[in-house]
Amino acid sequence: MRVVIAEDLTLLRDGLIRLLTAYGLEVVEAVDNGPSLLQALLHHKPDVAVVDVRLPPTQTDEGLRAAVEARTRVPDLPVLVLSQHVEQLYAKELLAAGGGGLGYLLKDRVSDVNRFVDAVKTVAAGGTVLDPDVVNQLLSRHSNNRVLQNLTLREREVLALMAEGRTNAGIASRLLITDKAISKHINNIFTKLGLLPHDDDNRRVLAVLTYLNEMVP
Amino acid sequence: MSGKMGWGRRAARVLAACGRGLTQALLSQFAGVPLLVGSLLSIIFLPLGIGVVTTPLVLKGVRGFTGVQRRWAREWSGVPIESPYRVLPEPQGGLLARIDYCMRLVKDPATWRDLLWLGLNVPVGALLGVLPFALLVNGFGGILVAPFLVALTHAHHLYWILNIPLGALMLAVGLTGSPQIIKGHALFSSALLSPTRRLLSERVDSLTDSRSHVVDASAAELRRIERDLHDGAQARLVALGMNIGLAEQLIEQDPATATALMVEAREHSGLALTDLRNLVRGIHPPVLAERGLDGAIRAVALSMPFPVEVRIDLAGRPQAPVESAMYFAVAEALANVAKHSAASRAWVQLAHDHGRLVALVGDDGIGGADPAAGGGLAGVERRLAAFDGVLVVSSPSGGPTTITMELPCALSSPKT
Repeated sequence: MRVVIAEDLTLLRDGLIRLLTAYGLEVVEAVDNGPSLLQALLHHKPDVAVVDVRLPPTQTDEGLRAAVEARTRVPDLPVLVLSQHVEQLYAKELLAAGGGGLGYLLKDRVSDVNRFVDAVKTVAAGGTVLDPDVVNQLLSRHSNNRVLQNLTLREREVLALMAEGRTNAGIASRLLITDKAISKHINNIFTKLGLLPHDDDNRRVLAVLTYLNEMVP
Repeated sequence: MSGKMGWGRRAARVLAACGRGLTQALLSQFAGVPLLVGSLLSIIFLPLGIGVVTTPLVLKGVRGFTGVQRRWAREWSGVPIESPYRVLPEPQGGLLARIDYCMRLVKDPATWRDLLWLGLNVPVGALLGVLPFALLVNGFGGILVAPFLVALTHAHHLYWILNIPLGALMLAVGLTGSPQIIKGHALFSSALLSPTRRLLSERVDSLTDSRSHVVDASAAELRRIERDLHDGAQARLVALGMNIGLAEQLIEQDPATATALMVEAREHSGLALTDLRNLVRGIHPPVLAERGLDGAIRAVALSMPFPVEVRIDLAGRPQAPVESAMYFAVAEALANVAKHSAASRAWVQLAHDHGRLVALVGDDGIGGADPAAGGGLAGVERRLAAFDGVLVVSSPSGGPTTITMELPCALSSPKT
């Protein structure tokens, strides 16, 4: 799996390269600024990019903007954005164009190596991975809106964990219920969100996106 | 210096002065007089009720008119006139709020100085305004018409002969002095339309006061940061180092314990990061650094438990300290809405206008917010005062609440 990394701090960049290489991913290019990132993304069209939000030359949200820009030119280019802090605003902008293959995580999550590599692979496979902090903010703060009111408490929990990018087995172990029960909940969620079986290939992503669009006005 | 000026430019300057003078003379009669009479009648009729509706309208007209005069004084004659008005909240729907608004307007000394200026400007504006034009017309009349009349009538009438040097004199004064006459009017306006000395000395007092608040507040803030780092992140990093050191020792003979220690170490590193992140957010929120006021306020709005409508119209970025002060002020105002107002929705407006950054935060809650009661809003007031800014709260019991926050500042050119 070919990866492009964008991180301006050498220590972290080398760490990321070592980590992903150790898990059998191939880092095709590692850049340290926004313009080179855009170039690298358009040139390599990697299977997934791991991108820091704040990059030179502006030291603002250069990485985020390069990622959004690259995705308008190469639709569905999988990008996992890492940040020292998470903002609903950034999550909304990333997801505004729709499509899967997106992730937005706190940098801290890198230290849970297994889950981080899972997240990278999920994004590469077209899934959506959101930081639990973002999901929590959304859940706790916008609890009285249309879509969510139709869902039971348990279904909301399941949807939140889906938004974090967990698999059915992951959700099951987290909520301490069986895989079968999870599938049942997920089917109910699909029905309530009006997602029909024929777009089954991407219903998971669509469910998360619907949820986000509803949550982030 | 004027000697080096070309004839064309000099003529243009004189003609401009004539046109400007005539404009001011006409306005002093046809706009100034109705505004003056209208304002006085409105204020007199305040007790009868009708004035409550008309006073804000007429005084808005007066401020518009004097505002134009201030601008002209600066643009035409290089006489800067600062705006002297007190900050007012937007008028609200309720009758009591309207009356309160009128009283604030009437109590503002700048209102009365405006009206005095309007009155004095009736003769002064007319005289100084017409003068450049009159000098030129009479001057040309004297030197062009008088010799013709002398020739025509063959009369050596002393009156006509005297008219020639008199005309020349008037023309000379008119040609060289017209811009100065217009400047004279600007100086006359400046005397009444500028902030008074008392206003300025009050401002110095409040600045001195707010500076000591700022010094205290920033010292307290530094102590808090030091304590937070010491008790939080630093302690966690020490624990982290200890755990890793111990795991190093145990990794051969007791891998299970070593692994457990490493897991613990990782958790400590996560907690240390969370501590640091919260600390950084309190000092300078990253989203503010990355997106400026616009993005940062939108981000705060998104995190509120109710819908917040955000309208921001900024052509550039204010200086960093002002930006930060305004961000924390708006964030605190919104947090206040969330905590106390029982509002179902709120709105934020932010604009830069006449050298001031103005933010309005409104909600449809129960009202009764009062910065004098201390707490969050009092903190905002102090924070803004440090930059010579002001906080005005309009929050009648029963709502709605509107909070106006103003900071004087310039905007840098927009980021490209």
